[in-house]
Amino acid sequence: MESVICLPAANPSLFSAEGFVGLIFLLTIGIIIFGAAVATTSRRLVRCVAGLAICFTGVAGIYYFLMSPFVAMMQMLIYVGAVSILIAFAVMMADPEDHHGTARAPVLASPLGAAVGAMLFAALTGMGLNTEWQVFDRRGGGTIKDVGVAFLTDYSMVFELVSIVLLVAIIGALVLARRGRS
Amino acid sequence: MDTSIWQPILYLIGIMAFAGLNAAYLGWCERKGAGHVQRRIGPKEVGPYGLLQPLADGIKLMTKQLLVPQGVDGILFRVAPILAMIPAITSMVAIPFSPNIQARSIDLSVLLIFALASIGMMAVLIGGWASNNKYAMISATRAVSQNIAYEIPMLIMVITVVMMTGSMNLEDIAAKQQGGFWNWNIFPVAGESVAQALIMPVAFLIFFICSIAETNRAPFDMAEAESELIAGHMTEYGSMGFGLFMMGEYLNIVVGACLTTILFLGGWDCPLGLLPGVWWFLLKIYILIFTFIWIRWTYPRTQIYKLLNLSWKVLIPFSLGILLLTAIFIKVEGFLI
Repeated sequence: MESVICLPAANPSLFSAEGFVGLIFLLTIGIIIFGAAVATTSRRLVRCVAGLAICFTGVAGIYYFLMSPFVAMMQMLIYVGAVSILIAFAVMMADPEDHHGTARAPVLASPLGAAVGAMLFAALTGMGLNTEWQVFDRRGGGTIKDVGVAFLTDYSMVFELVSIVLLVAIIGALVLARRGRS
Repeated sequence: MDTSIWQPILYLIGIMAFAGLNAAYLGWCERKGAGHVQRRIGPKEVGPYGLLQPLADGIKLMTKQLLVPQGVDGILFRVAPILAMIPAITSMVAIPFSPNIQARSIDLSVLLIFALASIGMMAVLIGGWASNNKYAMISATRAVSQNIAYEIPMLIMVITVVMMTGSMNLEDIAAKQQGGFWNWNIFPVAGESVAQALIMPVAFLIFFICSIAETNRAPFDMAEAESELIAGHMTEYGSMGFGLFMMGEYLNIVVGACLTTILFLGGWDCPLGLLPGVWWFLLKIYILIFTFIWIRWTYPRTQIYKLLNLSWKVLIPFSLGILLLTAIFIKVEGFLI
């Protein structure tokens, strides 16, 4: 994948390469925000899951934008293809669709919620704007070979630990599923 | 490669036309195939040999009203058929039809196709749930559990081929198998290790079984199993909603056949190494598609638990074994033979 080097020009025109890349970036951000909005505001749980899947797709776009196509595709494969579907499964099994929104929320709930939300937003924005972010050097080309070499050399310990966690999870799932069977 | 603006537009039109024609005419092929397997003629009234039947069906489906039954989830109900179509067409971007016919050479094209295929699974799930119908619901859960189960051995087989080639680019994988059938991944006798050649036919078989199951075709069509579930997740869909699901299914078959051809059958290579080109590629994918149709109308449907057992108890252990053996053959030079 030839990567588009996007050094922001001072004022890129919309029809230049930088302008177009910026447009795609904004589109990706738009997808993420739209997905998140659907996921949080929808009253039907399955729609929330669909919103979550849209959000994950947008995040994959951001990874692609950061020149890590491998991570972007794994994001699609794992988060859209597996995690969202797992959540959708759980929701379908658990949720009787009929009784939602019958109980009225307490009077103070919405103003308090709004206040907490505003505070959280202010705190996170302030932190984001005031922190001096440390810029890391780019390592390798983001290709699968670089990722593989990094996993098996610099980060081999982390890699092994993750596989042990996965093994424990698999065994745990087997034990739970096996219970009650002869 | 030429990077003028016309190239992507040309590929866009070409891929859309290829996808549309395949989706329409594979339906005709399937009916003819089914007819001949069952000692009937199949469609014959509309045009010579019924060749205009897909056109007539298309007009019929498009002019029908798109019914949205009461009690369904309106948005998700309308989105699902579109979602079923998108990944199948999009993944054609990454498929090399011949050395010079490929919309875009992507380093991770194998991964891209599987990443897109995971959206198709979402479409079945959403369509089944949004229909608000018990049959559709059961079908959706079945389809997803089946797809998850068969994706594992399929991906392991892909990893085996990727390990042998050392690249995730479909173009490289096909380019490495050029020069006659003895170089193809299905039986690579000319490769470094003869022992590898003995296990690759099994790998091909596993991959082919998985691609039948992944595209929800009989004998693994538990998702629509019309004798138990009416039409599964498509029960509530009429007119073009149903049409889109069917087109998505046929396009998935085309993509599956293309992948099988590239990964195991040498892509655009001629069996005897003469005149490689796009026609060999098309010939191979249509032979594979014919096999799909042939298997569908010859074998009875299995049961869902037998289907899952086949994947978890047979295909996955075998594919893991093949992966391990391949790794050993690659790493240990001169192992066995």
